[in-house]
Amino acid sequence: MVFKWFNRLILLVYALLILVPLYFVFVSSFKTSSNFFTSPFSWPDPFTWDNVTGLFRNQPMWQYFGNSMIVTLGTVAIELLLSSMIAYAIVRWGGSVGKIVFALFVAGLIVPSQVSMLPIYSLTRTLGWSDSLTGLIIVSAAMLMPVSVFMLTGFMRMLNSEILEAGSMDGANEWRLFTRIALPLAAPSLAATATFLLVMVWNDLLIPMLMLTSKSKLTLPLALMQFRGEYVTNYPMMLTGVLVTAIPMIVLFLLLQRYFVAGLTAGSLKG
Amino acid sequence: MKNRLQLSLFLLPGLLLYVGLFVFPTLTGLFYSFTDWDGVSPSYAFVGLDNYKDSLSSIVFRKAFGNNVEFMLTVVIAQTFISLVLALLLVRNTKTKVVLRALYFLPAILSSVSVGLIWAFMYDPSIGLINYGLNEAGMSSMARNWIGDPKIAIFSIAAVQVWAHAGQMMIVFIAGLQGIPAELYEAARMDGGGKWQVFRTVTWPLLAPSATIVVAYTTIQSFKAFDLIFTMTDGGPNYATEILTTYIYHTAFGSYSFGLASAGSMIFLVLLALLTLLQFKALRADRVSY
Repeated sequence: MVFKWFNRLILLVYALLILVPLYFVFVSSFKTSSNFFTSPFSWPDPFTWDNVTGLFRNQPMWQYFGNSMIVTLGTVAIELLLSSMIAYAIVRWGGSVGKIVFALFVAGLIVPSQVSMLPIYSLTRTLGWSDSLTGLIIVSAAMLMPVSVFMLTGFMRMLNSEILEAGSMDGANEWRLFTRIALPLAAPSLAATATFLLVMVWNDLLIPMLMLTSKSKLTLPLALMQFRGEYVTNYPMMLTGVLVTAIPMIVLFLLLQRYFVAGLTAGSLKG
Repeated sequence: MKNRLQLSLFLLPGLLLYVGLFVFPTLTGLFYSFTDWDGVSPSYAFVGLDNYKDSLSSIVFRKAFGNNVEFMLTVVIAQTFISLVLALLLVRNTKTKVVLRALYFLPAILSSVSVGLIWAFMYDPSIGLINYGLNEAGMSSMARNWIGDPKIAIFSIAAVQVWAHAGQMMIVFIAGLQGIPAELYEAARMDGGGKWQVFRTVTWPLLAPSATIVVAYTTIQSFKAFDLIFTMTDGGPNYATEILTTYIYHTAFGSYSFGLASAGSMIFLVLLALLTLLQFKALRADRVSY
């Protein structure tokens, strides 16, 4: 009995540990500066939208959202298409060729973006891709290939090869087998991989920071870093920025929780 | 019947992208590490192993390495312990528990920049909520300059890293726990085992693969941390939170020593590869069957 209450206490304390900072961000976003300083934890009194409207008036927020959307959707789309094709070919080809191609991608898992950042910075400058969202999409897709190929190959291995064989007996070419059989069967795994990539790209700081320079091109994490400098004394405004940029991810998370958990966990198992 | 020609067309675009924009640049990084290139000028000279010698003997580099180890050990120990305890408490699929799992997992989907900014304010010495709470609770002597005090700054950031990712690792443990056959528990209970004994003889040994995954992931993730430290302290105060990744960044973009920074990256990569290799070994050794 005592243990049961002790267990509940632990769960409650940890829930507060997660909730209190998030609650603080939420209420601060609707507080006046004086209310923020006098009673940081209280419900906003008076409740004001000034921070939110002010943020959208002073900053090109819609543009930042747009940039993040373009980069994230572009990268994830390219990534899913190319990586699932590779995963399919690896599994279908099999043998030593399959192994070698797989190994080539897995080797890239060890190299973190913090190591590739310098050469990628200089290469993209030489290519004239700096400050281009398209360039950023292509580079991000290349850098995430190891993990997405790794995840998707694992999923594709679970496909029943007899179905593919039967299909090819009936005269279907590989593209047809891939789009009509492999992709539909792998759909849940594609969704999990997609959410993992979505979170990675939407939240990425390093690669956008190396490539983007002009204010009109910034993605949300970069914009937040910049607010930090601009709103050094205006904390409610700063925290409003945090809240507003987190909302799309939180909404997606609530809607697609299962895939978020599966994706982020599968991604974490890559080692 | 496989059509290999068609299959190679499947491989081509992805391989081109990957080799051209990831493999090839990473190899040029190795090349730069033997030069004195500043990252902008058109010319550079070969300096052999000088950059490696300079890195290894640099005080800042050594400090960064020490901080890396401190940060990693703190995060690995705290995160493994906390995520295991939470998983044991939340393993059953009741409604409340499923909601709590989602809540604990939530911070993992926020960007490190958001998390870093939130906690930079929580830790703020004058207006931050931690000190505010301590003062309100009559424990003013505990109040600190959490990320401004060189003695504790790295641990304060490690705590934030755990805050953000313990829920994610909890899910890995829960998956492991749910994979343990119920009969084994029953058998252990039939043998008259108490709670602790059941944990020691059934749960813990069968949980070993999940534990290895959690430790492996946490080790590598915390060793290559960057965003959180960059956002919260940028390596300060006085290099107290400088780790290898921020050292590489500062060396390349702060002091324009691209060659030196590249050598730093290569040393970092070797360390990371060694860690990964150890983890793979451990993963293989710990496979259990039941």
